[in-house]
This record gives sequence, C-alpha cells and structure tokens, in this order.
Amino acid sequence: MKEISRRSFLTSIGAAATGSLAISANQALSQPTNILSEDRRGVLVDTSNCVGCRSCEWACKNAHGIDAGDIESYKDRSVFNNMRRPGIDSYTVVNEFSNEKNPLLPIDVKVQCMHCDKPACVSACIVGAINKHEDGSVVWDTDKCIGCRYCMVACQFQIPVFEFEKAIQPEIRKCDFCYERFKKGKLPACVEICPLEALTYGPRNELIKLARQKIKRNPEKYINYIYGEKEVGGTSWLYLASRDFQSIGLPKLNNKPAPGVSESIQHGIFAYFVPPVALYSWLGAMMWITKRKEEVKQEKEIDYV
Amino acid sequence: MFEEPQPIKFKYFTPGVIILCLIAINGLAFIAARIIFGIGSVTNLNNLYPWGLWIGVDVAAGVALAAGGFTSAALGHVMHKEQFHAIVRPALLTAMLGYTFVAMAVAVDIGRYYYIWHPLVMWNPNSALFEVGICVMIYLTVLYIEFMPILTEKLNGKIKFNGLLHYLNEPLNKLVNFLDKILSKAMFVFIIAGVVLSTLHQSSLGTLMVIAGNKMHPLWQTPVLPLMFLISAISVGFPMVIFESMLASRSLGIKPEMEVLSKLGRFVGPILGIYLAFKLGDMFIRETFRYLAHFNIESVMFIFEMVFGVIVPLIMFLMDRVLKSPLKLFIGSCLVIFGVLLNRINNFIIAYHPPYSKEAYIPSFGEFSVTIGCIAMLVLLYRLAVRYLPVINLHQHPMKVVIDE
Ligand code: SF4
Ligand code: SF4
Ligand code: SF4
Repeated sequence: MKEISRRSFLTSIGAAATGSLAISANQALSQPTNILSEDRRGVLVDTSNCVGCRSCEWACKNAHGIDAGDIESYKDRSVFNNMRRPGIDSYTVVNEFSNEKNPLLPIDVKVQCMHCDKPACVSACIVGAINKHEDGSVVWDTDKCIGCRYCMVACQFQIPVFEFEKAIQPEIRKCDFCYERFKKGKLPACVEICPLEALTYGPRNELIKLARQKIKRNPEKYINYIYGEKEVGGTSWLYLASRDFQSIGLPKLNNKPAPGVSESIQHGIFAYFVPPVALYSWLGAMMWITKRKEEVKQEKEIDYV
Repeated sequence: MFEEPQPIKFKYFTPGVIILCLIAINGLAFIAARIIFGIGSVTNLNNLYPWGLWIGVDVAAGVALAAGGFTSAALGHVMHKEQFHAIVRPALLTAMLGYTFVAMAVAVDIGRYYYIWHPLVMWNPNSALFEVGICVMIYLTVLYIEFMPILTEKLNGKIKFNGLLHYLNEPLNKLVNFLDKILSKAMFVFIIAGVVLSTLHQSSLGTLMVIAGNKMHPLWQTPVLPLMFLISAISVGFPMVIFESMLASRSLGIKPEMEVLSKLGRFVGPILGIYLAFKLGDMFIRETFRYLAHFNIESVMFIFEMVFGVIVPLIMFLMDRVLKSPLKLFIGSCLVIFGVLLNRINNFIIAYHPPYSKEAYIPSFGEFSVTIGCIAMLVLLYRLAVRYLPVINLHQHPMKVVIDE
C-alpha cells in the first residue's frame, strides 16, 4: 500500500516534471500570448472634454522612467502649432485642431497605441516579442525583439517607433497601457492624472454602453459614431468627437482585422504542412519518372548502336 | 558527350575589377558606420518609413533574382533535362552567393543584428516574416550542401599539408571522400527540398506587405500578392541565368553557349504570359485600373513596370529571332530582370504610404553604397569561385571548335 502510493507519487512527480518541461519548451517555440479577454479594459477618450493641458503626457513619461521635465512647461501651447506623433520619449501626445463652429473651443485629441483587439503588430512580429495580455494591453518585450521593425510596417495607426540612433539594443517604443501599473491594481498614469472627464477607464463593454448613452443624451454634441468600436476589428481605446474623426487626425480604416488576410494566406500555405509535403512528393515523383525515362532512352540507344 | 565543369584560368585583376573593389570597400565602410553609430546615422529611415532600400532591394529583389538557382535545379535535376546541366552549377553558385548576401543584408538592416538567431527558437507562425526568415535560413543551408560536391570534387584526394599538419592529410582525405560519396547519393533530397523551400519563401515575401493593408497603394496591394511574387520570381529565374552566363562568358573571353541559352529562353515567354494574365486579371477584378487615370508617381511606375518589365520582354521572348541572337536575348533578359527589380522596389517603397507622412522616403547615399557594394562583392566572389572551383563547362574544347567551324 505504502509502496504503491509512493510509486504513484513519484510517477505523478515525473509526469508533472515532464509536463512542465513540455510547457516551457512550448512557450519558447509557440505563438506569442494573444488573449482576447471578455472583460478586457479600455479607455474612452471624450475629445470634447479634453482641454489640452497635456498632464497625461507628463504623467506617462514619469510612469515610464522618461525625463518628463517641469509640469509647468507643459502649459506652453505653441506645441500645438505642429501635429505631433508619439515618439521614442513620448508614448502619448495631444494634438489640437481648430474648431470652425466655436473658435474659442479647439478640439484636443490624445494619441497613443489603440491596443487593438486583433493587433497587427502581435501577428506580424517575427519572434512574438509583442503580446496581448488579459487586460487588453499590447506590450512589447525587449528580450525577444530583433529590431526588424515589421511591427511598424503592420500597425495601421502608425504607433510603434524605433530608436534609429542607437547602435546597441535599440528599442521599439509605444504605450503599454501601463501594464505594470495594472498588475499592481493602479490606473494608467494618464487616466489617473486627467483633471477632467476626458479619459474614462473601465471594461471595454461598459465603455461602449457609456459612449452610447453620452451620444444619446447629447446628440448635438457628438456625432453618432464610436471610433475604435469596429476599426480593424475593434480597439481597447475608444474615441468620441463632435465631428468626423479623419478631420481630427485619426485614420480612416475598414472593419476587417488587419492580420486577417495575411494570417489566412499564411495558414493556407502551411495547412498542417500538407501543401509543402505534397509539393515535395510530387517533385520527387517527377524526378524519379524522368530519370527512368532517361535511362530507358539510353538503354534503347545502346541497343540501337 | 558533355564536358565536365572545370576551373577557368584568367587574369583576376582587371581595371573593372579594381573599380569593383573600390565600390565594395565603400559599401563595407558604410556597413561599419551602421554597426558603430546605428541605423539612423547611415539611412534615411524613420518612424514613418521603417523599411527602405535594404529590405526592398537587397532582401526582396535579391531573393527574387537568386531564383535562377531553384528554377534551373528544377529543370536540370528534377525534370532531368540533361542538356541543361551546364547551367545548374553557375546558377547554384549565384544563388548561394546571392542568399549569403541577402542574409548579410538582413543582419545589417535589423536593429539588433546579434539577435539574428532568435527566430530559430522564438516562433510566431502567424508572421509572414517569420516564415521568410526560417525558410531562407534553411534554404541557405541547403544551398551550401548542394554546393559541397563542387568543393569535394576539387579537394578529393588532393589535401596535402606539409610539416606538422601532415598527420591530418589521411583523415581529411578520407572525410572528403566519404562526403563525396554520401552527398552524391543523398543529393536528390536536398535538391527537392531546395525547390520546395524556394516556392514557399518566394511567395511568403509577397505576403509580407499584405498586412500593411491600407498603407499600400491599391495598384499593388492584393490578397494574391504571394502568387504574384512566386510567378514573377519563376519568370526571372532563367533570364537571370542567361544574363549571368553571357556576362561571364564575355568577361572570361569564352563563347556564350547560345544553344542552351536560347532553349532556356523558350520557357520565359509562356511564364511571363501567365504572370501578365494574373496581373491584368487582378487589376480588372479589383478594378484598380481607375488609378491609372491619375497621373502620379504610382501610376507612372506601375505602367513602366508592366510595359518594360513584362509586356516588351514577353513579346521579345516569343520571337525566334530574339532567341537566336545573343544581343537581343541579352536585352530581353535585362528587361525581365529590370521588371522584377522595379516590381520589388514598387511594392516595398513606392507603394508604401504611411499615414501622417509629410515627405517621401528617398534612400541615402549610405544606403545606396551598401546595396551597390554588396553587388560588387558578389561579382568579385563569383569570379574568384569560377577561377578556383569546377563551376563552368568549357564547351569550346579545341577539337569541338574545329569541327563546329
Ligand atoms: S495600435 Fe498598432 S501598435 Fe497598438 S496594438 Fe494596434 S497594431 Fe499594435
Ligand atoms: S521590431 Fe521587434 S517587436 Fe517589432 S516586429 Fe521586429 S522583432 Fe517584433
Ligand atoms: S496608458 Fe500608460 S503608457 Fe499608455 S499613454 Fe497612458 S500613461 Fe502612457
């Protein structure tokens, strides 16, 4: 009895050990994490509430160890003269667009990674260095990245940036939805600091309901469209605005997930390795047959001689 | 009977070769600068245009133009068309050198060249780039294995060290002899694998840009891009062999093997025809011809590519007159090569329109230097190889010349 139980214990240990080995081998060789959780988080950006204080830019830098400078300097509104894009030391930027209807109330739009539901960057990355986590965040991993920049080619929102000037360990940089803060139960730094209700954090499903309510309550304030609800298959970050989104710097995209076509081609070519193996066998057969023919021909020629 | 390939004796350093050396050194200098100071210091790439000349030409066009290796292997070995055996080795040499430089270009282009092995252990099967990377790595290995008999043929029984190392002679010779025997038995496995791997990554190179979606001009962006890339790579395989063979004969002072080359040329017309049919079919199904009505760089480049890279050579290769004339055959081959080169440039550079871009990307002097330098190095190594290794068939056997004339 004792013996048996000990043996079964050892076996189960053995099984567990092999199991965990298999898992770790699997993790090294398998696809990147790409979780599309039902209650993934999101942020609703209400551009009509944003005043362009740029506190979020400051907070984001602070949360990511980037020299943020003095918060007073962010009051300088001359930066709005040019449209800016996220860069290697600014994962989020706010741009301002003039408002014809009410020149005193320009429209300010915060830009950062959209944390797509079907992220093109995750699908594209050659080594699976970009992962989508349970909270919806799409996060880059420095240990794997080889710096090929395919993620930049793939992203429809033109978000990832690269340290072109660095010779050793250049990085891909982009908003990570404050994943480290999420794990500690904290709000994203930008959401936490926002002094007005421009950024609302919560489960994406709830945010969509909230956005619908806002539009319903204030139909003259918003156009009836939630940017990010459907774009490239949906994004975690959602936008509301008083006029069409292309005029405030968001790209016009269709609703098909960006990786859809390429992944189905990819899997078509490699469907359980059937096409390559079939091609291999076919070529092998051809080689054999033509060789036979050649030999028969030679034999005949010899006969003839 | 056919002659066996043999090393060819000629003077290595000519004025042209010295110029090539200078170009190669210039390229190497910029590669060194890129390694020391980073990609940004040498290229005009930026966050909007992450890929440029090196990916478009050195990698994508390089892979396509090295397709002569697998198309002639398929013809010579798989179909057993004996009369084409003469072209297999030169084509193999070019493919091997070509892919070696493709791998080098990748290493120069990626930000962390010392992580180039990562895709071997970190897999993302959803990624077209992963597939290209893995296939190219395996294919490069296969090419080296396919090339090995040329080395063992040269070395077999001829390893003679003097002094202390002479103990190594016996075992080394045995090893070479063993390799020689094994390889000749197992070679068919690698030859077929080479063809399969080529069709896979030639098409996956086309899949690369599919994920860029709207960022790519609709004249080129299509779900059948992989098929387009595969057919155009096949179409450029033989023209590339003809082109090299003629250049090599000329610079080595031997007569071009017109008999074989014009037979090869016969395959080109039909393949180009299929390619054109797919291009036009795709254009009409997706109704992209309306973009040709606008006069801009895309429409001009597209028409240029189609007319001079596909239609004109298609007509040429269908004419007997062209196939029989060395000069015309050479011009026709140049046009096909130009067409595929332009197609890859168009796909990866001209068609790419990132949102928020203010000015177009134009490659820097450093980028051009590296690209041209790599081509120069390739030519120099090719010359070196045919000088010391049995690659080229010398048909102009003195006896034969007398009989011919
Ligand atoms: S916006 Fe771009 S970088 Fe962000 S998750 Fe989507 S594809 Fe990736
Ligand atoms: S640059 Fe890095 S993160 Fe981006 S696709 Fe390449 S390996 Fe992946
Ligand atoms: S979520 Fe975090 S990383 Fe992203 S913009 Fe906000 S503060 Fe920056």
